[in-house]
Amino acid sequence: MVKYGGMRIRPVGAHALLLDCAASSPPDTLDVAARVEGWRAELWRRRERGELIAVEIVPAATTVLLDGVPDPTATAALLAGWTPTPATTTAAAPTVEVPVTYDGEDLPTVADHWDVDVPTVVERLAGTSFRVAFCGFAPGFAYLTGLPAELAVPRLPSPRPRVPAGSVALAGPYAGIYPSASPGGWLLVGRTTVTLFDVTADPPARLGPGTRVRLAPA
Amino acid sequence: MTGEIEVVRAGALTMVQDLGRPGWAHLGVPRSGALDPGALRLANRLVGNPESAAGLEITLTGCVLRFHRASAVALTGADAAVRVDERPGDVGRPLSVPAGAVLRVGAPRTGLRTWLAVGGGITVEPVLGSRSTDTLSGLGPPPLRDGDRLPVGPPAGPPAPVDATATPQAPGEVRLTVRLGPRADWFTESARDLLLRGAYTVSPLSNRVGARLTGAPLPRAVAGELPSEGIVLGAVQVPADGQPLVFLADHPTTGGYPVIGVVDDVTPLAQARPGTTVRFHGPQR
Repeated sequence: MVKYGGMRIRPVGAHALLLDCAASSPPDTLDVAARVEGWRAELWRRRERGELIAVEIVPAATTVLLDGVPDPTATAALLAGWTPTPATTTAAAPTVEVPVTYDGEDLPTVADHWDVDVPTVVERLAGTSFRVAFCGFAPGFAYLTGLPAELAVPRLPSPRPRVPAGSVALAGPYAGIYPSASPGGWLLVGRTTVTLFDVTADPPARLGPGTRVRLAPA
Repeated sequence: MTGEIEVVRAGALTMVQDLGRPGWAHLGVPRSGALDPGALRLANRLVGNPESAAGLEITLTGCVLRFHRASAVALTGADAAVRVDERPGDVGRPLSVPAGAVLRVGAPRTGLRTWLAVGGGITVEPVLGSRSTDTLSGLGPPPLRDGDRLPVGPPAGPPAPVDATATPQAPGEVRLTVRLGPRADWFTESARDLLLRGAYTVSPLSNRVGARLTGAPLPRAVAGELPSEGIVLGAVQVPADGQPLVFLADHPTTGGYPVIGVVDDVTPLAQARPGTTVRFHGPQR
């Protein structure tokens, strides 16, 4: 493992490496998310300019994975000389407004966790400026960050066998929207009719990493 | 329906595969693609196709296809009985299939999967640049069903001037090179020893997403949940029960269990039947 300032680079087989953006001290989720976003933006920019070769640059909760890297050792050395894009630059990203009907069956559960009433839950979600931290779980499923850490909620003890496409839901510190029907353990707060993943669109995912999102009442 | 290939009997799991759809992991799209890309590339070369052309991945029970156009065909991977109408053929040797003839691919003698390439390639509609069936996300064409028709492109070039290629026997024991990391430090020293010295067995729950292994559970040094992070092909993920799982082509793009190491070459697992012994060793030997 190589350490560069606050960053650690973890080995991932023969053709990949993992930038670990979690500080060695107990991590603050929001700070980590901002650091991941800064590195994600920087690495995408460097790849665009031909300064970095990587088939995949995959941000996640506290890390950025570089996969399909011809020489991970040389790439790690290269990374040591780079700094992440400042958050002020990434804040200029366009905002996607997703119209949401707030009628999810878990709204009362979320209200209990937050110790407020249901209208306040809706007001807070509608008023939050979200950003796509990363995608995963299913094509086009975006993990939206922006809620304060103390509003994190647990998943259902056992997942529902089928959550309809367009369901807007919460789990941990994230909000998310199911792009297609699937089993799921997130707490349902609403639904949208917006198509989030379309293989004929460019890009296919409406909510890619870095995108700013508002969950506006429909 | 139109299409040059008619699926008479699809078998347990036969599907269209090419080299997959890399480059979309940041949107949650798995790589997918043939479980042994080298075998598909070879089959394509044998029929004069570009290596990236789509073919079929045939699993465990074989399949039966009727060709409505005379075609050059090649099979690679697990050895199996092959017949074109009543004429016997071989895995690893180009075959010419006359118009109207029926190609029968039997169950593999050893191993699990056989790849079929046809001159011109299978030309179902690509999805995000690939014709592969992704069994995890559902992208790409669904697995073949009896009665399906598959379109075939115009032959790209003459078949390779090769009589036959070696068809390797699926080994009784699979040996995999593993490099520790990215989360080896989440496991005890003894877990790393167990992984490198123990023997594991391929579980019947294995599929295109991953080879699930059973054996000595790998104890954790760090308790608690790992925040989701990016996954690579060959990642050895260790869920809560301590039993390792080696991710294959349809692996999810992110995962929340720690990865103790990454296997250099997962293709031997494409032929590893349930019950096969798997051993890991480090890159330096």
